[in-house]
Amino acid sequence: MGIIMMAPAVLFLCGFLVFPVLSTMVNSLYRDSPLTGREFCGLDNYRRLAGDGQALDTMEFTFIFVMASVSLEMAAGVLIALAINRVVTGRGFFRASVILPWAVPTVVAAIMWKYIFNDQYGIVNYLLHGDSLRMYSAWLARPSTARLAIILADVWKSSSFVALIALAGLQTVPEELMEAARMDGAGPSRRFFRITLPLIRPALLVALLFRVMDAFRVFDLVYVMTQGAPSGKTGVLQFFGYLKMFPEQQYGYGSAVAVVVFLIIAVLSVILVRTLGRRMMTE
Amino acid sequence: MRRLWTVLVLIAVLLFCLGPVLWILSTSLKSPGLVSRRPPSLLPDLYWDSYRMVLQERGFLRSMGNSLLVSSVTTLFTVAIGVLAAYPLSRMSGRWRGPALGLVLAASMFPQVSIAGAVYRMLMSLGLLNTFPGLILPYTGLMLPLAIWMLTSFFRRLPPELEEAAVMDGCGPWTTVWRVFAPVAAPAVLTTAILVFIYAWNEFFFALLIMTNPVMQTVPVAIAKFPGQYRVPWSELSAAAIVAVLPLVAMVLLLQRRIVSGLSSGTTR
Repeated sequence: MGIIMMAPAVLFLCGFLVFPVLSTMVNSLYRDSPLTGREFCGLDNYRRLAGDGQALDTMEFTFIFVMASVSLEMAAGVLIALAINRVVTGRGFFRASVILPWAVPTVVAAIMWKYIFNDQYGIVNYLLHGDSLRMYSAWLARPSTARLAIILADVWKSSSFVALIALAGLQTVPEELMEAARMDGAGPSRRFFRITLPLIRPALLVALLFRVMDAFRVFDLVYVMTQGAPSGKTGVLQFFGYLKMFPEQQYGYGSAVAVVVFLIIAVLSVILVRTLGRRMMTE
Repeated sequence: MRRLWTVLVLIAVLLFCLGPVLWILSTSLKSPGLVSRRPPSLLPDLYWDSYRMVLQERGFLRSMGNSLLVSSVTTLFTVAIGVLAAYPLSRMSGRWRGPALGLVLAASMFPQVSIAGAVYRMLMSLGLLNTFPGLILPYTGLMLPLAIWMLTSFFRRLPPELEEAAVMDGCGPWTTVWRVFAPVAAPAVLTTAILVFIYAWNEFFFALLIMTNPVMQTVPVAIAKFPGQYRVPWSELSAAAIVAVLPLVAMVLLLQRRIVSGLSSGTTR
């Protein structure tokens, strides 16, 4: 009975996830050339990838992006949750405000931040330089500041997710425990590190797991904000793979990129799920 | 002193979360002259024409309709198939459930690019590019792992004794599921449906690949490819962004409790 009930799900998962990944793996071993059509080329695509400077830039920024955005999101999320947890009246209003960035589609968030960092009409330039138009800088045209803008856009959108999960965790911290610690003379930071943090740790670890995996798959922000410009310095793995596979029509090479992205995420998710996720599944 | 800090942090939180949205809202209400003024002005002159342009002349309403259709049908499929799979999973013995759920969780993390090529070719050979089923079918596959994951963790909180008692009382399997289990599981199903709907509404990667015909575009694609002949029409783009966000924001505000419980499913108990 159970097997029959699971059959449609298994069918969909195999058809749209498992089979396509296997097919991508096979395709990564072929080269598409205009003259001879499709020909087997062994690991050539992977060799080319290892020596492709643009691919390495892409890899570098993807890792920077994941580290920077996820750590900022975890910190901001916990801070936001702690602040909201202390609100007595109007907590609903605050929670609604925090949930808003999460509900905004990533593409829309990307448009917003593109405009915020706009070289002529952007509010960042206005806040920093006011009327001195000469000082206005093109944030999205320089590698370091364009990278920063993309990271900030992600932090804006995803800190809410961490905050909401942390807030749900905070609600399980018993008030009597905090009161007892207060009576024993434990200060705020001590109470946070000794009581609050250990108690919301499981919730935070799950948030961390989802954020890391999501950040590695960043695509929408880069597609809308920079398209990888300037000179590929803001390219990310998924965008690079998409670029090779679709607009540039290098199906074999693009597939090799896709397989590498898949393997990185698979290895990471196995490590993260094994270390963080075991209790989520067996408990 | 501590109160002051809390208030300061709360103000910063509000500015951080709402500021960018308010800035876009202000931009959407500026006349062309004011939008291209330098330095920019913070307040709009309440010019509503950008909204009229977006809704009437840009065909943005059609994109909204496309998104609504694709997201609703995807949600229906995903939840129906997800419930069928999650129920036996939640009643499995712990030894099998661990690895099975691990696989489901891993599947929810598949990078889109690793499946995009094959899915694209498959849809092309079936003639499904630029059709609604062409987007709904892969979406169902993509959203299923998350739905199964959430539904299983909800269902596990419902005691198996419930169904056991029903079976003891002589109910058949269908009566047990529809009369006994479904009523108590309904809130979990609804929560999952809301989240799947939001994810489907926001999905961009596959929508970009599959819906290349402007008439079939969903909202994220319409916004990302917003036409501007010589320069970006910022006030119209902002108006489109606000219109795109409105239904979602309304839904989220109405249903925020459910959404929070869905997002934190499996994290707290």
